[in-house]
Amino acid sequence: MASTEIARQAGEGARGVPLSGHVGFDSMPDQLVNKSVNHGFCFNILCVGETGLGKSTLMDTLFNTKFEGEPTQHNQPGVTLKSNTYELQESNVRLKLTVVNTVGFGDQINKEDSYKSIVEFIDAQFEAYLQEELKIKRTLHSYHDTRIHACLYFIAPTGHSLKSLDLVTMKKLDSKVNIIPIIAKSDAISKSELAKFKIKITSELVSNGVQIYQFPTDDESVAEINSTMNSHLPFAVVGSTEEVKIGNKMVKARQYPWGTVQVENETHCDFVKLREMLIRVNMEDLREQTHTRHYELYRRCKLEEMGFKDTDPDSKPFSLQETYEAKRNEFMGELQKKEEEMRQMFVQRVKEKEAELKEAEKELHEKFDRLKKLHQDEKKKLEEKKKSLDDEVNTFKQKKTAAELLQNQAQQAGGSTTLKRDKERKNPPETHLFMMNVVF
Amino acid sequence: MSEATKPQPQAKGEKTPISDTSYVGIDAILEQMRRKAMKQGFEFNVMVVGQSGLGKSTLMNTLFKSKVSRKSVQPNVEERIPKTVEIKSVSHDVEEKGVRMKLTVIDTPGFGDQINNENCWQPIMKFINDQYETYLQEEININRKKRIPDTRVHCCIYFIPPTGHCLRPLDVEFMRHLSKVVNIVPVIAKADTLTLEERDSFKKTIREELRANGIDVYPQKEFDEDAEDRMINDKIREMIPFAVVGSDQEYQVNGKRILGRKTKWGTIEVENIAHCEFAYLRDLLIRTHMQNIKDITCSIHYETYRVRRLNESNILFTSNPPDHPAPATPQPNGVAAHRSSVE
Repeated sequence: MASTEIARQAGEGARGVPLSGHVGFDSMPDQLVNKSVNHGFCFNILCVGETGLGKSTLMDTLFNTKFEGEPTQHNQPGVTLKSNTYELQESNVRLKLTVVNTVGFGDQINKEDSYKSIVEFIDAQFEAYLQEELKIKRTLHSYHDTRIHACLYFIAPTGHSLKSLDLVTMKKLDSKVNIIPIIAKSDAISKSELAKFKIKITSELVSNGVQIYQFPTDDESVAEINSTMNSHLPFAVVGSTEEVKIGNKMVKARQYPWGTVQVENETHCDFVKLREMLIRVNMEDLREQTHTRHYELYRRCKLEEMGFKDTDPDSKPFSLQETYEAKRNEFMGELQKKEEEMRQMFVQRVKEKEAELKEAEKELHEKFDRLKKLHQDEKKKLEEKKKSLDDEVNTFKQKKTAAELLQNQAQQAGGSTTLKRDKERKNPPETHLFMMNVVF
Repeated sequence: MSEATKPQPQAKGEKTPISDTSYVGIDAILEQMRRKAMKQGFEFNVMVVGQSGLGKSTLMNTLFKSKVSRKSVQPNVEERIPKTVEIKSVSHDVEEKGVRMKLTVIDTPGFGDQINNENCWQPIMKFINDQYETYLQEEININRKKRIPDTRVHCCIYFIPPTGHCLRPLDVEFMRHLSKVVNIVPVIAKADTLTLEERDSFKKTIREELRANGIDVYPQKEFDEDAEDRMINDKIREMIPFAVVGSDQEYQVNGKRILGRKTKWGTIEVENIAHCEFAYLRDLLIRTHMQNIKDITCSIHYETYRVRRLNESNILFTSNPPDHPAPATPQPNGVAAHRSSVE
């Protein structure tokens, strides 16, 4: 049954009606705030800057507590990001604050890839949120949001201009996170130099097309203060957790032989402005911008990269699901093909190896045959030799006996009669015959 | 990647207070949120369901103290009972003390008015699911709007006729089907026909029947967040359903002009809690629990719909059940059964 809408499309979308009494929905903002208070807030700050620029000290000063950690060494091989989560409470507001520090930024000799780990980290947080959002059974309301809401970029107080590392890093980060550039350790710069430095920085940022975070000026209650602050960017800050007695109060300050720099004195540095803007006025806007601008951009790019497109008005719903399934089938098909290929290759290799082995076997057989034949030949030769040797031995024996006999006969021819008889007696009849032959 | 650590060594679980010497200003975020909310405005969508003649439109007008009902917008339509259940929604922009709200009242003329009322809740179910579907479509778009217009039905007020006996089968069926997809607030309409004792026994019977049929009306027990919530909601649960009287006419009583119904035997004051429970309903719906109602719609009913819908497509598009780590793989029977209940 089609639903009909009466009076919904008039003008902006609905008609205004006057109320004739107090209804009570003006308590809605309170209800909303109460719910948020019960739920707690979370805020994630990323501090990017070279080692030794006072990032940790500034965080300590901003939030009035001592966060843990010792200063890092300068010999890191690459840029890593270390994040710590703290639970802070002020009156009835619970804040889950995550401070992410870049460790080793600007310390390497070759800084070409320094920005990469930072960009990867930010993308990883977006990715985690996107994954949670795309899950079927999701718990977005109790999800601990780790997306970076504000990036404080610490500029070294050289007094001249931005370093090229700074420009490159900021350019890479400006579409992913709200960048608030600040001049660190600004007590090293004199007032006149500071003004020139700020102008130089802003003009360099503009000329390089870096989009830093602008405090919003659309809400009348904060438009004025925000626009004044916008003109003071980048803020020149000094951080300190030590307290010094000035007059009769203990204030946070840095004490030098030539004077004391008071952190919360607006004429000394812009710390108060930073705190005002970051926490007291625009924290919610920073979170909103992160979600509606940066995260949406990331999500759009990621989904388009994966091949999804929005549907035309008349195509089937859930193209996301459909495209996903199609891609998945494609992927499975490819996988199967690859598997098939690998199997074929394997079979081929096995065949080849088999053939090789067969060859080898054949060769071995042949060798064996050859050797056998050789052996037989040798044996035959040896036998022949033996035979001939035997023949020789026999012949020799015969000759020997013949020679002996001759000798004996010759001896006996002289004393033959007696010897004859003897010999007759002694010699066997063959010899007698022989001798007879010899006599005649 | 992160670990929750306390800046100062304290017992685990304790929140760290900021030192008293200076004020960081974290609680200014409340003010910032309030400002943002005021700028954006709020949206609230209410559906009224009940037989004709139970005073639905009048009650809406009384609740929001202005002519927000469909009848006020279409004054010249003759009052006829439609042949099938129709869904008519009217939107208004109202403002009070700087807080702007887009209020949508969705009327369902024809519900329960036919001879055969079988499945008369189906158009309503379909409408509610359609709103969820629109929202879901917008949410999964690649280029999506900054603020997705919220047309989901936050609350459904169900009007029970003041018979004084018990719930009718139609009431039970409707509430049983719809309590799973939307927050239902049952009210006893035209309660000025019941005496106080009759009212109490009627309410008790209704509560019994709801419990017996497993119908979870707003505020649902399972969504109580903490002990405080439970306490407040238990008190409300003991009073459900509210016996209300609606009126948009003012009379003079004791020198004051108040909304009421004038009869020969007396004037019923709508906002007098001794007379009827309208004030409790108004407080629940508008002054204290509106945000909570919206939250439950958003995070529970909508999510349930989304899970079901995404799982359905899963089964639609694959011949085999998915083997990648999908968090919820429903049994085909379950989905089929649910689908038949939706249809």
